[in-house]
This record gives sequence, C-alpha cells and structure tokens, in this order.
Amino acid sequence: MEWETVIGLEIHAQLATRSKIFSGAPTAYGAEPNTQACAVDLGLPGVLPVLNGEAVRMAVKFGLAIGGTIAARSIFSRKNYFYPDLPKGYQISQYDLPVVSRGHLNILVDGEEKTIGITRAHLEEDAGKSLHEDFHGLTGIDLNRAGTPLLEIVSEPDLRSAQEAVAYMKKIHALVRYLRICDGNMQEGSFRCDANVSVRRMEQNEFGTRAEIKNLNSFRFVERAINFEVERQIALLEAGGRVVQETRLYDADKGETRSMRSKEEANDYRYFPDPDLLPLEIGPAFVDEVRGQLPELPDAKKERFKAQYGLGEYDAAVLTATRETADYYEAVVGAAGCDPKLCANWIMGDLSAALNRAGVEIDQTPVTAERLAGLLQRIADSTISGKIAKQVFEAMWEKGATADALIEQQGLKQITDGGEIATIIDQIIAANPEQVSQYRAGKERLFGFFVGQAMKATRGKANPQQLNALLKQKL
Amino acid sequence: MHNKTIAELAAGLRDKEFSSRELTTHFLARIGQYNPALNCFITVTEELALQQAEAADARIAAGKAGPLTGVPIVQKDIFCTKGVRTSCGSKMLDNFIAPYDATVVERLGRAGTVMLGKANMDEFAMGSSNETSFYGIVRNPWDTNAVPGGSSGGSAAAIAARLTPGATGTDTGGSIRQPAAFCGITGLKPTYGLVSRYGMIAFASSLDQGGPMARSAEDCALLLQEMAGFDEKDSTSVKRTVPDYRAGLNERLAGLRIGLPEEFFDEALDSEIARTIEAAIAEYEKLGAEVKKISLANMRLSVPVYYVVAPAECSSNLARYDGVRFGYRCQNPKDVHDLFMRSRGEGFGAEVKRRILIGTYVLSAGYYDAYYLQAQKIRRLISEDFKQAFEQVDVILGPTAPSVAFGFGEKTSDPIAMYLSDIYTIGVNLAGLPAMSIPVGFSSNRPVGMQLIGNYFKEAQLLNIAHRYQQVTDWHRRVPANFM
Repeated sequence: MEWETVIGLEIHAQLATRSKIFSGAPTAYGAEPNTQACAVDLGLPGVLPVLNGEAVRMAVKFGLAIGGTIAARSIFSRKNYFYPDLPKGYQISQYDLPVVSRGHLNILVDGEEKTIGITRAHLEEDAGKSLHEDFHGLTGIDLNRAGTPLLEIVSEPDLRSAQEAVAYMKKIHALVRYLRICDGNMQEGSFRCDANVSVRRMEQNEFGTRAEIKNLNSFRFVERAINFEVERQIALLEAGGRVVQETRLYDADKGETRSMRSKEEANDYRYFPDPDLLPLEIGPAFVDEVRGQLPELPDAKKERFKAQYGLGEYDAAVLTATRETADYYEAVVGAAGCDPKLCANWIMGDLSAALNRAGVEIDQTPVTAERLAGLLQRIADSTISGKIAKQVFEAMWEKGATADALIEQQGLKQITDGGEIATIIDQIIAANPEQVSQYRAGKERLFGFFVGQAMKATRGKANPQQLNALLKQKL
Repeated sequence: MHNKTIAELAAGLRDKEFSSRELTTHFLARIGQYNPALNCFITVTEELALQQAEAADARIAAGKAGPLTGVPIVQKDIFCTKGVRTSCGSKMLDNFIAPYDATVVERLGRAGTVMLGKANMDEFAMGSSNETSFYGIVRNPWDTNAVPGGSSGGSAAAIAARLTPGATGTDTGGSIRQPAAFCGITGLKPTYGLVSRYGMIAFASSLDQGGPMARSAEDCALLLQEMAGFDEKDSTSVKRTVPDYRAGLNERLAGLRIGLPEEFFDEALDSEIARTIEAAIAEYEKLGAEVKKISLANMRLSVPVYYVVAPAECSSNLARYDGVRFGYRCQNPKDVHDLFMRSRGEGFGAEVKRRILIGTYVLSAGYYDAYYLQAQKIRRLISEDFKQAFEQVDVILGPTAPSVAFGFGEKTSDPIAMYLSDIYTIGVNLAGLPAMSIPVGFSSNRPVGMQLIGNYFKEAQLLNIAHRYQQVTDWHRRVPANFM
C-alpha cells in the first residue's frame, strides 16, 4: 500500500533582542539561574507587561521576508495553564489575531523547487526551565528564560517528507539569521520546532490523524523523529490500528517517539485577550520603514551571485548559505580583484576546511577577507604557485600574518627567471645520465621524475609552466 | 489636628504650626487608641512613618516642601510597598514583603507624604463589605455594628474615624465609592488609565483603577494630583497632560447640566436615600445647575456582565499564586500538583475561590462565546449608553449605593444580594469613566453617599462639582461621635 506523509512544522525562533519581550531584563544565555529575571519575569504581584518594540520590528521583518501580511491590529492573549516554571500561570501569546499571516517560502529538494505555505507567525514569551538534577528529589526553577521573546512560525501542512521538513527548517533557519532576528543556536534552544505528522493513503483526500512531536532542537532529530513517527503510524494503520491525536516526545538516545499526553488530557488553555496590553497596532509607515531595512534575502543573493560572479548553482548556494559567508566572499572578491571562481574555490575549499577543523565560524576566522584576498592576488600574478599558496595559507592561519610578509620572510617567491630554471635543469640532466637516456629512449613517464627533482632543488618555487616548457626543450 | 483637612494640614506644616513628626505621632497615637476596635489596618508602619516624617520636616526646614510634604496617609494593602508586607487582605500573601514600590506609592512618597500603614480590605479586593479579609472585619465608625463597605473598607473607616486625613483606594466595581458612601467620606474613582496600575495587585485588570479617598473633594484633588499621570510601566496608562485639579475647584456651576438616570431612582432604592439625594439635587439647582432625566437602558445588565468579566480576569490574574515562588505554600506537598492544589485551596478564602471558579468556567472551551464574548458585547452597549448620555448632560448624578451600610453577616450568605449592592457603581467601571462619591446626609444615622459620574478625563469637573456642594454643606465635616 502506498502512503503519503503530511507534515506541518511549528518553529520557535528566539528573537535576538537585548531585553525580554515584556520586561527590561537581559536575555543573554548561560547566566547563573534566576539572575536575569526581574519582578515582571517572576510574575510578582502587581507587575505589568510592557511590549518590547524591537521584538515587534523583528516579527515584521520576518513577515515581510516571507511575503506575508502584517496585521494592522493584532492581539496578545493569555494562554492559561499551571506549570511550576510558568510564573504567571499563563503565557502571553497571540491567538486569533497574529502579527504575521499568510506567507510562503520556496525549498529545493532533489533539484525540485516547492512552495511551502506559512500560515502565521506570532509573538509570545518563553517560559522558564525546571531543573531536576542536583536537587535531591526536588525540582529547581530557573526563570532566566522566562519572558524571552519567541516568534512561533507555523507552516501549512505542505511538507511531504522528513527531507522536505528539514529543507524547510534549514531555509527558515538561514532566513532568520540573514535577518539577524535570531542567532539560530540550536544547542541553546534558540531555534527549535514541533512537528505535526500524519500519514494517509495515496488516494485519500482528507488528512490522517496527526501526532505532534515536541521540542526538536536539531535538523538530525527532526529527520529521525519524523521518519520514526511515519513508520510507526504506517505500521499501526496497516495492522488495522488507529492513530490517536496526541503529543509525543522524541527520545534522541533511543531514536523513538513516545506518548506524552493524549488529546483528552490536553489543557483547556482558556485563551482570552490580555487586558494588560493594548492591541498591537502597526501602521503602513512602520511597515515601510522596516521594509527599507530588509537585507538582500538568501534567494535573491544566490541569483545575483550566479549572474554577477558567474558562479554555478552549487557554488552560489554554498556561498549564500549564511549572510556571513556571502559577506566574506564579496569582501574577498572586492579586495582581490581577481577571478571570482578562484575566490569561491578558496573559501569553499581551504578556508572552509580550516574553519571546520578549528570549529570556528567564518566571522571569527583568523584569515580575514582582506588577507585571503592578498594571498589570491599573489597566485593571480604568479608570485607563488597554487601549491605554495596552500602552504602560505596554513602559515597565515597559524601566525596571523599577511601573505606578502610570509612569502618574503620564507623566501617563497616563485622562480620565474628562465635562466635560473635552465641552470638547475642542466645540473639535473648532468647528475642523472641513466634516467635521461631512458627518457630519451621513450620512457616518457620519467618526465615527472625530472619535474620532481627540479621542484626539490627550488623547494617548490619554480614556476610550473616555465619549468615544464624548459624541461621538454632540454630533454 | 486630626479634624483638619489635607489642605489645612499641608498649610500648617508649611507655616510650621506643627511638624510632620508631631502630626505623625498624633495620628499614630490615634491609631493605637482606636484601631483595635475598628481594625482598619493590616499593618501599621510606625517606624517607617516617623522616619518619613523626619525627612519631610528636613525638607520643610530646607524650604523644599511640596504641597503634600509631611502629610500622613494610608495605603490600601493592595499597593506594593517596598520592604513592607503587602497582603492584599489574603492569607495567600500574609508573608509577602514586596521588593518594590507601586507607582502610586512611589509618586505619593516622592510628593513627601508619610505612610502610616497599610489599610485592611476585602481579600484581593473581592467584596463589598470588608468581610472577606483574612485579617478580619472592619467596623464602621458611624455604627460599629455596620460594615464599612468594601473593598477599600479599611481606608474609608480610617478616614472617617480621623485615623488618617487621606488614603488610597482601588475601585473595580465600586470599591472606592461604596465604602466612601458607607463611611461618609469623599472618594474618587478616576478614568481608567489615569492612575498607573503598576504595583497595584490585579483583581480585574480592565476594570481596576486606583484613586484617592479623603474627607473632601479638595483633598481628593490634592492626592489625585500626585497619583495621576502616564507611567511607562503600565501599558494601559494614558499619555496626556495632567491638569491642575485644584485650579478649577471654585468654578461656578451655573448652566451645568446634571443628568438623573431613571434606572438609578427605581424601586430598588431605599426611599430615605432617595429623599436625601433629592435634597442634594435641590442644592445644585440653587447653585444654578439644570437637572434633566436621562436613561441608561442597559444599566440593569451591568451586574451580570461584571460578574462574567471580572471573575474571568481574576481567574487568570490569580493563577500566579501557586505556592512556587512567593506567598503561602502548603505543608509537605507530595508532588507539584498537590503543591498547587493545597497552596491555593488553603491560601484563598471562599469569595476569591467562588470568583476563580466562575471565571474559569466562563473562559472554558465551549462557554467562552456564550459568556465572555457576550459580556464584552454588552459592555460596549453600556459604554454606548453613557456616551449618548454625555451628549445631553455634563455629569450624571445618583445614589452611590441602594442602601446605607448594612449589618455584619446580613449579606454574606447571599452572594447575589451582596453583588447587587454595587448596582449603581459597576457600570462606571465597565465603561472606564471617572466617578465620585460624596456624603450628602444620613439615613438611620448611617451616612448616605451621592455619586457623580463624569465623562472621560473630566476629574477636574467632578471635583469642581463636588467641591461647590461641599462649600455650601457640611456633611463632609461631620465626625462620628466616638471619634471626635
């Protein structure tokens, strides 16, 4: 039997504001428990929320970037439920009138482009954290995260495989980082998602019963959790069983999802408009102002890179995957003034490998764009060969010096003087009479031997083209 | 000294007739003498008061005194006061020492007032008789067998008994005006958004409003001057210039159009109260005002609407009292569920629980549309009635309450009867309008209060109308016999 998977994602992106969504407390991660929670975050008697305008600006930015509608008037509501790390006994969120609605995004899977609808994106506050270790059977509460601004991005059930879900999530991840509205740090929980998963028979029109998998904080987990859940549901249905609507948790250690609570056990959240906050009104002037601040978005940048620098689809996609990489690339091209393809190769090759080895992000690289450009210029003007350049690059990474300084200091400048190269060749011919006669007798692969000897003698500095030409001539 | 108004006391302090320390000591002595019988206070902050009085005296000596420097006041125990227990009349917050000052407390403190203590009140401001307080009933100084009204019963009784010249109150459905009426004092519930709610423990956020309580309109003007104004910590506070409330107190009332809603003078109204109010109306006519009958057709729906909206908001506002971070926590909870259930079960009183239950019910899936949404629609109709009325008249006049102060236990067994004692005041909160209650006489030796309702942000006009009446009558100067 053929089955179709139907997935919708609810992504929670923590907005990169300095202070919380309804208080002035800082949002920095990793502080001592309860040191970044003020009276408002603690839900003390008498406190009131005041909306952080920067969070609104960020939500509008996102809304514009996905071609969504920015609500002229949206409402904050209270989602009521009791939980020890939910200080007020309710979460302030948006319910029937979200700030952003009806956007979309294109994803590329197996070379095919597909449009994914985004139902809505709304602002809400995060809860605190319950800590169960180190308290001897008791629970500790850390409210540092309480009140952190979140943008909840809800997709349409347009995704048809785990692969598509991951592609979509990665696309949103890149977008929020491009917009600089979220740091995208998944380990710290700044970017996480819930997946609504169901399956249906191919010929079936209506959706199957869905299960919601909570709190997936890596692309790998999203993929594994969905695949596990899809197989579980299909096996259940094929055995004549029934999928129940429920919330499930993904256990990364066991690689499986398990039931957390059923629909019957679900809370009645008793949503109602928060009387402490006025409706959020956003005028066209503000929307225009934010639109004016939008950076070039990933898709547009990729197309421009292809056109402007003559890059292929793959190179352009890799170089525009993050705004930092793209900025770095353009800085190198601008400073080097040489072949954009050469610049691309170096960033995607040696630089990227070095960054990976060191576990460093491109905006923290010790080899700055200007310095890499300096190195590439020396390749372009034949001061050094590509091979020597790799050596120089390593030294630049280690010592933090410029390419020119290192070339000078280590005497790496390429030998382009024909006379000098000819003299060396003559010496090699004289020292290896046997190889010369074998070569002349037709054993042509010995040519490499002579190149090797000449490079050894010049410590790799001989200009390879000149060396080859002169060797052929003399032999 | 205790029979002087705030205006008179402030003048005496400035002219160095007496010091703030002397004044404060005098009121503290009266509190020591009379409070045991009345129970107006949950906490008396004697030490703090004397410190503040000395600081005020230093400012007066340095010639830096403001209009209220050195004047003692009382804060309703719903306002957070830094370092001082803020109980809200509840066992739930009996151990809660607020780590910050409410904006109102901060502003009155900056104005130089001296805080004598924290006034008793109905638990979480839910009540109309001060009988729901965890700290016991408050007695009415005019008749100690009668309730002082609620929820600001401690504030009202303390003013009437001359234990303080002024106090703060809060009014969600009549909690300033009704106790002011029952205790024969003057109270003003401002326009929603005029006085910051930051640090004022929430009951029903869309209705709650803090305001001044004192013996005269002039004193209310002085207190309101310091309390009012935009606060960036309260998103519902309104950004607009605060007028000088004393400047227009003596404006003439000639040509003033007073509306009398027929719904306020129906058969539910005690006939003696009706006669007393009519006498007050006659005074206004003598002052040149024109009287006109009007109708507020949806007024009869205000009590049912209120008892959907207020409990709904309260059920959510009071969810934070869960025993986790502050306040009452039950003994030996066996798990988190037990902690929530018993902390709340043991920490809240019956009336609070009743309202939480009603509120939870009306917000529940399947009932929200029928109750909460419907109530919001009727709320708009009630506002619309007032809007139309204010196209015809400048101010609306009527009784504050359908009866004078009733006896203890008279209405506790019948919540509906208790709720109906706010029938004339609740509509004002639903519409967010300003209103006052001023004393206009007595019925069976208990004070009668008259309500004046103004258009949005017309506090200055209300104060003017009340002040002119108090210039030609002396009801507000009457002192209960045992508290002379």
